Amino acid sequence: MTRNEAASDTLVIGGGVVGAALAWGLARAGERVTVLDDGDIVLRASRGNFGLVWVQSKGANMFDYARWTRRSADLWPEFAAMIGEETDLDLAYEKPGGMHFMLSETELEAARARNFAMKDVTGPDDYGAEIVDRHELDKIFPGLGPDVIGGSYGHHDGHVNPLKLLRGLHIAMEARGVRYVSNARVESVAKDGAGFAAETAKGRFSAAKVVLAAGHGTTELAPALGLDMPLRPEKGQILVTERCATRLLPMPTHVLRQTDEGTVLIGDSHENTGYSTASYTPVLTDIARHALRCFPALAALKVVRSWGCVRVLSPDGCPVYHASETCPGAFAIACHSGVTLAAAHAMELAGVIASGSFGDRFAAFHPRRFSHAQAH
Amino acid sequence: MRSVDVVVIGAGPAGMSCAVEASAAGLSVLVLDENPAPGGQIWRGIETATERRGRILGPDYGAGRTVAQAFRASKADYLPSALVWNISTEKVVEYSHRGASHQVQAGAVVSATGAFERPNPLPGWTLPGVTTVGALQILLKSAGLVEEDAVLVGSGPLLWLMAAQLVDAGVPPKAVVETTPKGRVLAALRHLPRALRARDYLWKGLALMRRVKAAGVPVHSHATGIRIEGKDQAEAVSFAANGRRVRIESGHIALHHGVVPNQQVTRLMRAEHVWDASQMCFRPVLSDMGETSVAGLFVAGDGTGIGGAKAAALQGRLLGLRLAARAGRSVAPERIERLSAGLAREGSVRPFLEALYAPPAWINAPEDATIVCRCEEITAGQVRAAVDLGAPGPNQVKSYLRSGMGPCQGRVCGLLVSQIIAAKRGLPPQKDDYYRIRPPMKPLPLTELAAYRPEGAK
Amino acid sequence: MPKRIETGGATVTFTFDGRPVTAIAGDSVASALAAAGITRLRDSVVSGAPRGIHCMMGACFDCLVEIDGIPNRQACMTLAAEGMTVRAQQGAVSVSEGGRA
Repeated sequence: MTRNEAASDTLVIGGGVVGAALAWGLARAGERVTVLDDGDIVLRASRGNFGLVWVQSKGANMFDYARWTRRSADLWPEFAAMIGEETDLDLAYEKPGGMHFMLSETELEAARARNFAMKDVTGPDDYGAEIVDRHELDKIFPGLGPDVIGGSYGHHDGHVNPLKLLRGLHIAMEARGVRYVSNARVESVAKDGAGFAAETAKGRFSAAKVVLAAGHGTTELAPALGLDMPLRPEKGQILVTERCATRLLPMPTHVLRQTDEGTVLIGDSHENTGYSTASYTPVLTDIARHALRCFPALAALKVVRSWGCVRVLSPDGCPVYHASETCPGAFAIACHSGVTLAAAHAMELAGVIASGSFGDRFAAFHPRRFSHAQAH
Repeated sequence: MRSVDVVVIGAGPAGMSCAVEASAAGLSVLVLDENPAPGGQIWRGIETATERRGRILGPDYGAGRTVAQAFRASKADYLPSALVWNISTEKVVEYSHRGASHQVQAGAVVSATGAFERPNPLPGWTLPGVTTVGALQILLKSAGLVEEDAVLVGSGPLLWLMAAQLVDAGVPPKAVVETTPKGRVLAALRHLPRALRARDYLWKGLALMRRVKAAGVPVHSHATGIRIEGKDQAEAVSFAANGRRVRIESGHIALHHGVVPNQQVTRLMRAEHVWDASQMCFRPVLSDMGETSVAGLFVAGDGTGIGGAKAAALQGRLLGLRLAARAGRSVAPERIERLSAGLAREGSVRPFLEALYAPPAWINAPEDATIVCRCEEITAGQVRAAVDLGAPGPNQVKSYLRSGMGPCQGRVCGLLVSQIIAAKRGLPPQKDDYYRIRPPMKPLPLTELAAYRPEGAK
Repeated sequence: MPKRIETGGATVTFTFDGRPVTAIAGDSVASALAAAGITRLRDSVVSGAPRGIHCMMGACFDCLVEIDGIPNRQACMTLAAEGMTVRAQQGAVSVSEGGRA
């Protein structure tokens, strides 16, 4: 397998949005990168997600995560423009703000309290989430259902076509010389001399550094590199409608999003069914009912497809970034919000990884926080 | 929730036959079929076809009448115009009927959903006026409608059958353009001795060709480089044959390159499939009993691999008896033996036909500029570029391009995309090289989904 | 040109883009339109290219038309009925605020 011996600075394990964004960023930092990806039918959260670039409510339990999310949202316009320029592919990124519909006083009060608690999170720069009443909502969303009593509007929220993002990253990283090897499931990865070597279905690959960004696939590979990646699966099901020529939604909401192609994505569920991606109809009907309650105009549309996908969640729902203490040069990156964080991953985290060490950055995202929690 | 021993999906030859036998043996059977009347595609309109239609369509079509009558007389519960849109792993079958969705718990699910015509990705194949040959035949069966001056293009028994039926209907096709490559007869000859066990098929086939030629229909052989011309409507078909370019004007071009199993149900349930190199399609892996790798999911008829209507009916009957025996009902073993022997005889002609009418390689390898996904208008070149980018298989291609995401949900392009990817790899398609099929199996109104209250819903 | 091989039988009448179409009992919307010589049923959602019937068995979704106000219905899978209002489609579905197509 001589072609595998081409020298790489970094192996990125995982070719989803997280891995591809890091690979592109590492290449941009001047590195020679090889991305090892699995086959066609694996969990692949990057193919099943909703496409929100979402700030409000993220990191309510960890302000460092809130700030990091906001940082990414701020970087997104430049990031989308760069990928667009390098690929001639419009990612359909928009930043019109985003709405979280509230259907009860309890929900509305909780949102109000959360927005208040987070108002100073980003310092003098306003957090940018506010409660809007029904009257204001009607001006933004003509045709809103009677049960929606208010909403939380996030100024920094937006959305992107996540499938175009994945494709765009793959094209852009290839254009920057990244070698993308699919159908190369990594069986093991370990320290190898001064660097690291991965054994895959397509042979052995080695490099000076290694980044695990394989979603749930990371958990199994991590221990051999002195990395800790406690992740739990959570299924979300999504419905998608036929294409609709009418622009129904002027901005994304947390459960409804109209894509640039006109289809409407309808989410979302939170199901503890392990790594299963199986469809479960009772939940799909709940999703349909909730969507029609929020937005009766959807009644004219047909559902073309549904799918289930498994979220990559840490115990507290916030990202886990770990630079190995025992194997310097090995990193593991996992998060639920690979789309939202793509800009920060590509434009900042990748540069830090290229430097070889986190230093004291990302201390908040270290997995040691979970062992502390257990100790108490 | 209603519960039955067997849910049969599809009321064609296999589905009806299975229902007849299983219900006669005492099993409770529910047959769900999307069409308004029994017969499937091969026996479409069988209960309403006039005598004249029956004469044109011939005795093989007429044979469906007896099966449909037995089916109507059986104890099986038959629900026409019922679209199955999901089947859970616990074999809860969910279907739409008259605008509302329902569920039924099946002891066993029989997929008898037959076949689709192989896609014909040729330049111009999306124009109005371009149909499949099967579509022409459905128009004749269900509406007594024929197209004058149609040009039939492709290969396979159905091409000749349709041509002969148009001759008999008094509207001979303007031409038959056969795409079977040279040398196929020779390649097929080694299967001839076995095929002679079912020689009536061979005589029938030859008779059809003679009838078409005797009617003065121009026949062009070994055609390649087929293009359909026209701006907003098919106007002509052109091709190369015998070393020269031929152009035939017609507003109706009918294409056919054989049929392939409909995999929607078996893929939805994630049953194991295997690539059949002889039939150039996927088929589900089945036990001797007809059971897929998913316990309780069975397949009968062309969905198991193409065998034709007679074989499908025999398979259906056999499966009906076997399901009854499995449920502890008494079934005479001689009946199973007799049906198995009949099925073996039916199958003996297939290797010959498959070798003779194997689609030309180019039909599965369209030009870069040709559309393969008709819904989302994705070209073969775009699929190839996605593979070059590193897509490991059809689902990644689907994500990159939206191929297979339109309303037909990959029914038309699925097999093609798998083959284009495989050709780029230089290997035959692998067993999982197919789109993941997800519910609903056909588009379903959001309001219907919202109004549906399956067990377990809030 | 399309031609019926039989005459007689009960008929139903519906309209296609306002033009009356006569169907015989048992016709699908698609076969009735084919018999009337109407081949262009819609313009595709991506490029706006003309499309008509293709498979006639509910697989290809190319014969999508609007029937009685409901878009994207398969003409080949819908029986023609007296008084139906059938319309050709241009591109994707449009929706009004009230949820009517």
